[in-house]
Amino acid sequence: MTPPASAPVLDIHDMTVAYHRKPVLWDIDLTLDAPSLVGIIGPNGAGKSTLIKAVLGLVPLATGDVRVFGKPVERQRLAIGYVPQRESVDWDFPASVLDVVLMGTYGQLGFLRRPGRRERQWALACLEHVGLADLAQRQIGQLSGGQQQRTFLARALAQRAQIYLMDEPMAGVDAATERVVFDLLRELRADGKTVLVVHHDLRTVPEYFERVVMLNMRLVATGPVETTFTAENLHKTYGGRLPILEAAGEALRRQERSE
Amino acid sequence: MNLVPSYNTLIVLAGTSLLGAGAGLAGCFAMLRRQALLGDALAHAGLPGLCLAFWLWGERSLPVLLLGALVSGIAGIMAIAAIGRFTRVKQDAAIGIVLSTFFGAGMVLSRMIQNRVSSGSRAGLDSYNLGKTAGMISTDVYLIGGIALVALIMIVALYKEFKLVSFDPAFARVQGWPATALDLLLTLLVAIMVVIGLPAVGVVLMAAMLILPAAAARFWTDRLGVMLVLSALIGAGIGGLGTLASAQFSLSPAGPVIVLVGTAAFTVSLLIAPRRGVVARVLAETAYHRRLDEQKVLAGLREAEGDEPLAVELPPWRFAATAGRGARRRRAALQRLMVQGFVRPILGGGFSLLPSGQQRADLVERGRKLWVALLLRYPELAHGYAELDAETIDDLLPAKIVAELEADMASAAPEWSP
Repeated sequence: MTPPASAPVLDIHDMTVAYHRKPVLWDIDLTLDAPSLVGIIGPNGAGKSTLIKAVLGLVPLATGDVRVFGKPVERQRLAIGYVPQRESVDWDFPASVLDVVLMGTYGQLGFLRRPGRRERQWALACLEHVGLADLAQRQIGQLSGGQQQRTFLARALAQRAQIYLMDEPMAGVDAATERVVFDLLRELRADGKTVLVVHHDLRTVPEYFERVVMLNMRLVATGPVETTFTAENLHKTYGGRLPILEAAGEALRRQERSE
Repeated sequence: MNLVPSYNTLIVLAGTSLLGAGAGLAGCFAMLRRQALLGDALAHAGLPGLCLAFWLWGERSLPVLLLGALVSGIAGIMAIAAIGRFTRVKQDAAIGIVLSTFFGAGMVLSRMIQNRVSSGSRAGLDSYNLGKTAGMISTDVYLIGGIALVALIMIVALYKEFKLVSFDPAFARVQGWPATALDLLLTLLVAIMVVIGLPAVGVVLMAAMLILPAAAARFWTDRLGVMLVLSALIGAGIGGLGTLASAQFSLSPAGPVIVLVGTAAFTVSLLIAPRRGVVARVLAETAYHRRLDEQKVLAGLREAEGDEPLAVELPPWRFAATAGRGARRRRAALQRLMVQGFVRPILGGGFSLLPSGQQRADLVERGRKLWVALLLRYPELAHGYAELDAETIDDLLPAKIVAELEADMASAAPEWSP
């Protein structure tokens, strides 16, 4: 299961994605050599979600290819964890919180095998990790937004992946959930995992991430936060949108203070 | 009245029950994947294929006719998918267009056939519009039973895969499941179920057989497994009951009767199911408001009495004299509290808490403080304990958290002790 040290964690080469002949992402080249916490930022419509969906094979590539630990994504399914946007499913579906987290173990189980006691205990441990163990038997529709988000995080944890892709896990959640997500990112990183997070709050970028991918239909810049998350690159990514740049400016000032 | 069913009735009964069970199983997935209308489109789109098969094959051979219906039904679904994919027409419009076009074509075809063939088999095709259960023979029942059994085995074997792909197809694909194939398999299951139901229930009403049991079952449970079992049972029940009722009251064809029995099952579920049912919701709402009113009155009396254990006269305006709905509800609450022995009236006006009322008021007070402490310490937990009530907070919160909150309260408000 442990990948060879030589292959990059993620290698995106010459990726272009188009919806109905309208390009959404152009010529993306992106290589992550070592495990890292990566924030993907950019204005609305910049293709942030599309980037991770393209990596996951959920949207077709017009050109290019993606490799995870040196192999095509289709052959690395068990190494990849996914946290979709919360709104992507119907929460009135007849399932309990534990049912949903157990879905994370399905990939390892394969066809026909049912989740057993071992999977159950593991799923409960994952729920414990995001602070939802008490609600394991709840119907998922009875959860608050933040709790639903954490259920998805627990499901991703249950996948025991090496690389996680998360689509706005901190959008519209309460402070406690944001804290849970943040702590989880740190723990995953400490375990040698790689996490790519579509993120919208520029103020927290320096605090949360080691590297940034700055995106606006094309790759504007990528690299360590200290050298890449600069006023110049932000301007290139967001153009002259003042409120966003002000928020970013605040983040930059904080970053400078902490150095 | 003939209470002992004949052999023929038994055959039909077995057929409609098995059909109901199979449609109930397939319908759960159709409904959860928001494809309920697709079943309707399928049934209508099956008619031209059925007619063509009748024309080409000549005489009535059920498997061939059904195969024809299946092929044109699937062609209809593919037409809907194609319209959605290559044009800007939305799915509901596409379903409407395809459904009526195919049905119209089927009607024209059936007229053309009936004008050509001898009058003896004229009724053959018309019966597919509303179904003709009475014509069912034992081989039909074997066919229906066989397909229902295959559906059951498939759902048992692929339960986890079907559940995943119905809930979150993108996640299924990320895990490497052949989500598209699983999706097609489920759609095919629905298509086959709809098609074998055509002779019995008919093109027009088959969608109801698919949707009603699943929609009724959803009211009773929050678990997919339970929902599937219930839906199959409800489907079998309405198929059987509808057939019996139609035989008993000489209402033929049985299809519409079966659908009406299904509607009754759905309506009953909608009304009386615990928690999700309308009655349960209204009752819970009313009970909740009553409790809230009682708690307010108890708290008001407790506050008026202060820490004095003795009865203190309550200014009568507090509950009695103010006008409006709120005052009426508080008066009603006060009356209930008196009947239950929590409060007694005092001579000369006013009310006083009895010892049991004092106890309950203390409980309410403590619950409220715990609630506030919970909100302060775990603001994000509040939603998860939505059904918490000041009086039941102790039972519903884990003991660990209650102890923690009590510690919080002790440090924040040293004057308060339980």
